[in-house]
Amino acid sequence: MAVVMAKEQKPIEMRAVYQQALVEILREHPQVVVMDADLVGASGTAKVFKEFPDRCINMGISEANMIGAAAGMSLVGKVPIIHTFAPFATRRVYDQLYLSGAYQKANLRIYGSDPGFTSGHNGGTHTSVEDLALMRAMPTATVLAPADATQFAWLLKETSKMHGIFYMRASRKGLKDIYDPASTFEIGKGIVLSEGSDVVIFAIGEMIEQALLAKEELENSGVSVAVVDMFTVKPIDRDLIERMIIGKKLVVTAENHSKIGGLGSAVAEIMAESGCGVPLRRIAIQDRFGEVGLPDYLQKTYGLTKDDIIQAVKEVIK
Amino acid sequence: MSEDLKLFSAQIRLETCKMLAHRGFGHLGGALSIVETLSVLFGSKMNVDPKHPDWSDRDYFVLSKGHAGPSYYSTLALKGYFPKDVLYTLNENGTILPSHPDRLKTPGVDTTTGSLGQGISLAVGIAKALKLDGKSNKVYTIVGDGECNEGQVWEAFQFAAHQKLDNLIVFIDENRKQLDGLTVDVNNPFDLRAKMEAFGFYALRVDGSSEQAISDAIDDCFDHPNQALCIVLDTVKGQGVEYFEKLADNHHIRFASDSKAELEKAIVELEKRVSLGGVR
Repeated sequence: MAVVMAKEQKPIEMRAVYQQALVEILREHPQVVVMDADLVGASGTAKVFKEFPDRCINMGISEANMIGAAAGMSLVGKVPIIHTFAPFATRRVYDQLYLSGAYQKANLRIYGSDPGFTSGHNGGTHTSVEDLALMRAMPTATVLAPADATQFAWLLKETSKMHGIFYMRASRKGLKDIYDPASTFEIGKGIVLSEGSDVVIFAIGEMIEQALLAKEELENSGVSVAVVDMFTVKPIDRDLIERMIIGKKLVVTAENHSKIGGLGSAVAEIMAESGCGVPLRRIAIQDRFGEVGLPDYLQKTYGLTKDDIIQAVKEVIK
Repeated sequence: MSEDLKLFSAQIRLETCKMLAHRGFGHLGGALSIVETLSVLFGSKMNVDPKHPDWSDRDYFVLSKGHAGPSYYSTLALKGYFPKDVLYTLNENGTILPSHPDRLKTPGVDTTTGSLGQGISLAVGIAKALKLDGKSNKVYTIVGDGECNEGQVWEAFQFAAHQKLDNLIVFIDENRKQLDGLTVDVNNPFDLRAKMEAFGFYALRVDGSSEQAISDAIDDCFDHPNQALCIVLDTVKGQGVEYFEKLADNHHIRFASDSKAELEKAIVELEKRVSLGGVR
């Protein structure tokens, strides 16, 4: 792991990252195949499908068969990278991922796009608030929530050299650049983005930007805040969590996901087992369904802004 | 060739009955209906090497109707993938032979199946991958007629037809029964051969108790390149053992009193048939 923080902001859309990474991966790894379920246009990969017509397969609107066929291909040496929207990539095909995938040790990389509030105008039917919970509960699955373009590209490339079930959730839109493109990471290792002595915020994805903004404001009012990128939700970095909570007055988790079963739950489990006695506040979507609207409206509605983090901190640290 | 296959069928049927009699219960009906197909595939058509189950040039077999595991296991044991006495460990704690096939547990099992509808997708994926690599291996899969209730099956069929997977033969075991009764009563599949043809397959329907008919149909299919291939097997659940063919509820049987005695009787008859070279 050699993390360098971003020196400037040049955010590109995650779907552009996906497309660019796929081209590089397809050129480098002859066994990689790319599959989509009639969302080639939506995932920005039309160019890739044109450049590699044999190895990019549009499965049509049939997610169950896509996962099963991908698993079958992997049994004879192919390395599938699969995309569809997060709810279709997880809850719609859970048994296919579970049995055809994980249970028989198939080899799959799954990009579930537009989780939580990022589903925007697609609305409640297309909103996933539970994908991390589902995938965490699947034995052997690795669950990833990249923080920015650099990390997403790195994860796509790195997991293409590995064997297992790798679920990656990310918006199709741009995220704030957190890391310099030269950075490398380690799956299973969280990253301390900034140190602080009173509060530690464990965050993923879109919520890292909110955590960093909250830190800035809180420190202006005298509260010292550490921020940690927990991009590997499973296997979670237990050692780092145990280390970071020592001496803190409050632990906060921040995720664009239900408060049930995601990052907040994973951190809570470790905190409870450690007997640390530090209070925890989970910034997450309450036990509710999604709805339609612009992402920034939904983010506010679900309580996922820097202000929600600041309020939670101030309730505990007066 | 046909006489050898009749013997092989009798042996598979005998071992299947013996292992289920030993266990006391199991999926007898759907295991027996595919015996002749297993016999033709593993006895003559499939290019496999029991000493090297993972040989990359082998033909692949996917038992999509995974509950028919017992006759599949009998076939593999008779081919020499593992010793025959292992068959008696079916469903025992720690066995390598679970109810439903598991590729990580049993030598010769290519895929893990049993959650109905999923095996056929694995089969189309394997066939597609082999085609991408320009390889000539064949893929065979057996789907149940009851299994065709599952929507995923039709997703996979459509994919196979669209991709012109002519290295794959999809068998549909039409034994007309599923767990809760007759398929026409539970959820009518209608004319499966016509449906497959409408889906774009070259689709045949043959007597699934005739090794010769099955073998000829396979040859016929491979004479039709650039098209997905299907053989609907006209079979009987419990095939080859009259008592169980007539037993109404014969998907999963717990052998007691009558059924236990009939199974034991069938074993004696099958042993006789095997000793006579498989002749009925």
